[in-house]
Amino acid sequence: MSVTAKTFAQKALERGSGVSDLKPGMIVDVAPDVYMSHTASWRCIKTFEKLKGATILHPERIAMVMDHISPAPTAQVAGYHRLCRDFARKHGLVNFFDVNAGIAHLVLMEKGLVRPGEILIGTDSHSTIYGALGSFGTGVGFSELTAAWVTGTLWMLVPESMKINLDGRLSKGVYPKDIMLKLIGDLTADGATYYSLEFEGSLTASLSISERMTLCNLAMELGTKNAYVRPDEKTYEYLARAGVKDPARNALLPDAGAQYAKVLDIDISALEPQIACPHVVDNVKPISAVAGTKVDQVFIGSCANAKYDDLVEAADILKGKRIADSVRLLVTPGSRETMKQAADNGILSTLIDAGALITNPGCGACAGDGGAMDKGEVTISTANRNFRGRMGSYDAEIYLASPATAAASAIAGVITDPREMMR
Amino acid sequence: MSNFNFSGKCWVAGDYIPTDQIIKADRVFLPMAEAAKFVLEDDNPEFGKHVAPGDILVAGKHFGQSSGRAVAVKALIATGISCLVAESFARTFYRNAFEVGLPILEAPGIRAAITQGDQLHVDLPGGTVTVLRTGQVIKGNPIPAFLLEMLSGGGLIAVAPQLIEKDNEARSGNTQS
Repeated sequence: MSVTAKTFAQKALERGSGVSDLKPGMIVDVAPDVYMSHTASWRCIKTFEKLKGATILHPERIAMVMDHISPAPTAQVAGYHRLCRDFARKHGLVNFFDVNAGIAHLVLMEKGLVRPGEILIGTDSHSTIYGALGSFGTGVGFSELTAAWVTGTLWMLVPESMKINLDGRLSKGVYPKDIMLKLIGDLTADGATYYSLEFEGSLTASLSISERMTLCNLAMELGTKNAYVRPDEKTYEYLARAGVKDPARNALLPDAGAQYAKVLDIDISALEPQIACPHVVDNVKPISAVAGTKVDQVFIGSCANAKYDDLVEAADILKGKRIADSVRLLVTPGSRETMKQAADNGILSTLIDAGALITNPGCGACAGDGGAMDKGEVTISTANRNFRGRMGSYDAEIYLASPATAAASAIAGVITDPREMMR
Repeated sequence: MSNFNFSGKCWVAGDYIPTDQIIKADRVFLPMAEAAKFVLEDDNPEFGKHVAPGDILVAGKHFGQSSGRAVAVKALIATGISCLVAESFARTFYRNAFEVGLPILEAPGIRAAITQGDQLHVDLPGGTVTVLRTGQVIKGNPIPAFLLEMLSGGGLIAVAPQLIEKDNEARSGNTQS
């Protein structure tokens, strides 16, 4: 009998569990390579302290990043941050990143902690983003993460896989954010629940690492367990720059002939800029349907779209222009490295000249950390969620779009098709 | 309780409710007993105010989507419900429920079969929900045995010491590299 062709998820979980011939629906204990926890690490620490006599098996696998509610806005939160800091020192955690680092997902990738074929669990649902580097990243709760600290393992269901072949070319003013919003609108918020989602096709291969991050990050809004882009030369170059030695060591590629529960073939050449309307991510419309809607605030930030390339995308539109008097523009670079690169290359100057407020790197307004809205106000955001109450008042509205659409809307003061400003 | 059969009056909740709307972010700093009164305050304002211990909550599709906040499960437990049945769950919510210790069952078709206030009987190991008013039995998706064990043990952290023990045995028994 011939060897069965396998999906990425089958291979990654076989590597992680040491069990061969996994089939969808089976449950195995896997040993994750990295355990990421963000500011909620304090909850993990408090849980750990209840486990009398437990020890941390692999302190080197713990990555802790103070990205949400940071820097501390209150004494209570300062106490949580301090608890994490002290814990990191006490347990010799080499991968503790303080309030100056940025968003956990981006920091981990920049620091070479995300490697192809490896399994990362994170106390953040957008841990699917690690698939951009060919890793198996998935979100877990804080008790689960704490259990992994002390047992080294976590149960996982072997998921069914879905393959999305993206082909064609992105036309001017259209970005991976638009592809994902369209997909989320078409498939709905539970369109890929519990699936491992593999992005393939000529367009996917042509995307930069930053663009692949946007794909895999937004994949979470389809309900996926994890997302994946097959690693290639671009991946290995990125990893080499991040200081990863022998980056292809554990790389895993799905076999031709592997079984997929669903396969979608999508040519995106005719795609227009998309926008997710209040108050759910799958309420997606082409921009023409909402162009002209007045906005009070524009937020360029989040793990979906605050990477260096995203800031450049916005700056290209804002260069030499001023934002509307009625609008406040918040730019929250995704990480310290992003911020430094943007400072060195004049991108921050361009944004500041246009009227932007640059905030410290981190989750920022996406996690309700500054940038709150009063009732009746409207924000257009580059983030990945627009649920009620996420940015202040429950009676405020959030639209989601690409950095280019956000920038164009900041200039006009109303939701604007970025192509109108790209002559 | 330990046999995971529950009888009680049901409350209903809608489709696609994110964790942020199970309990709003600014409510979680309240003592949990107080926060419980605000569970599902937008979707079903009567629920938090009048839910009684042992009641059963029946939700729609993809319940608990968005952020994987385990506090959403904790708040539901604080309401005193005995169990939660839904058309389907978001995956982080599903995991968190077993790990924090809330009995849940995925039962497609349940919403159309009930109205608020119906008496239900939920058999978790058997994976069924019986609607006493109509006699209809809805078949749910089976729950893996080890998750039921985790629930019996009080959730993942409660059973973690046993898991550590098991791991140590496995390691000491494994002499090959």
